[in-house]
Amino acid sequence: MISVGHYLAVSAVLFTLGVLGIFINRKNIIVILMAIELILLAVNINLVAFSAALGDLVGQVFAMFVLTVAAGEAAIGLAILVIYFRGRGTIAVDDANRMKG
Amino acid sequence: MIQLIAFYLFAFLVIASAAMVIFARNPVHSVMWLILAFFNAAGLMLLAGAEFIAMLLVIVYVGAVAVLFLFVVMMLDIDFAELRAGFVRYLPLGALVAIILAAELVFALGAWSAGGIDLAARAAPAASDKSNIQQIGELLYTRYIFLFEAAGIVLLVAMIGAIALTHRQRGGTRSQKIATQNRRRPDEATRLVDPGVGQGMEL
Repeated sequence: MISVGHYLAVSAVLFTLGVLGIFINRKNIIVILMAIELILLAVNINLVAFSAALGDLVGQVFAMFVLTVAAGEAAIGLAILVIYFRGRGTIAVDDANRMKG
Repeated sequence: MIQLIAFYLFAFLVIASAAMVIFARNPVHSVMWLILAFFNAAGLMLLAGAEFIAMLLVIVYVGAVAVLFLFVVMMLDIDFAELRAGFVRYLPLGALVAIILAAELVFALGAWSAGGIDLAARAAPAASDKSNIQQIGELLYTRYIFLFEAAGIVLLVAMIGAIALTHRQRGGTRSQKIATQNRRRPDEATRLVDPGVGQGMEL
C-alpha cells in the first residue's frame, strides 16, 4: 500500500535533482530557473502528501500559495533574463558579477 | 492494485522527466520534459486526493509557466553549445551536493517514519462529505482570506514588474496619440472650399 513515505521519497528525489540541476547548469540560467521550478514542485508534493496523510487541508492551501510564488518568480526571472540578453547578447550568467551598481 | 501501478508509473515518470530536464542538451527539450514532469506530478497529487491542486498544477504550470519558458527559450537567439561548456567541470561538485542532500532527506524520512514527534492538533480537518474543492474554498475564503489577497498582490506585483522590466520605447514607430485625437475639433480638421468651374481642385 502507498504510504506518505512513498510520496516523500519521490519528492526527495525530485528536490535533489533540482539542486543538482542548478549546480551542473551553472551557465544556463533558463535551465536554472526550470530547476527551481522542480524544487518548488517537490515542496508542493510534500505539502500535499502530508495534507492527505494527516487529513488536514491547510497543506493544500499552502501548496496553492507556493504555486502563486512560483508563477511570479518565473515571470520576474524570465523578464530579467530577457533584459539581460538584450543588453549583452548572451545569457551566460557566470560573469554576471560584472553588473555592479 | 491499480493505485499502486498508477503511483509507480507517475513517480517513475516524474523523476525520469526531471532528470531529463536538467540533462537535456537543448533547452527546448528541457521545457518539454518539464511539462511531462508537471503532468505526472499532477497525477501524483490526484492519487493523494488533492484534486484542486492537481488541476491548478496543470493550468498554472503547464498552461502558463511552461509556455512562458518556451516563449523565452525560442525568442532568445542563444548559442547553446557554448553554454554547455562548464557541464563536466561542475559535475563533481554538483553531484557531491546532491548526494549530501539526498542522504539527509533519506535520513529525515527514516527518522520521521520511526515516529516519536507528535504534531499539533489538526488545524483544519478534512470533512469527507464535501468535495476537495469545496473544502478548500471554504477554508480559503474565510480563515485564509488575507493570505489569499496577499497572493493576489504578489501576482499583481509580478505582472507589473515583468511589464515594467521588459517594456521598451522604440524610436521611429508611429503610435496612436489618443490625447491628440481627442483634442482635434472640426474647425481645425476640415476646410470649406468653393471651387470655381473648370479651375480644378486645390488640395
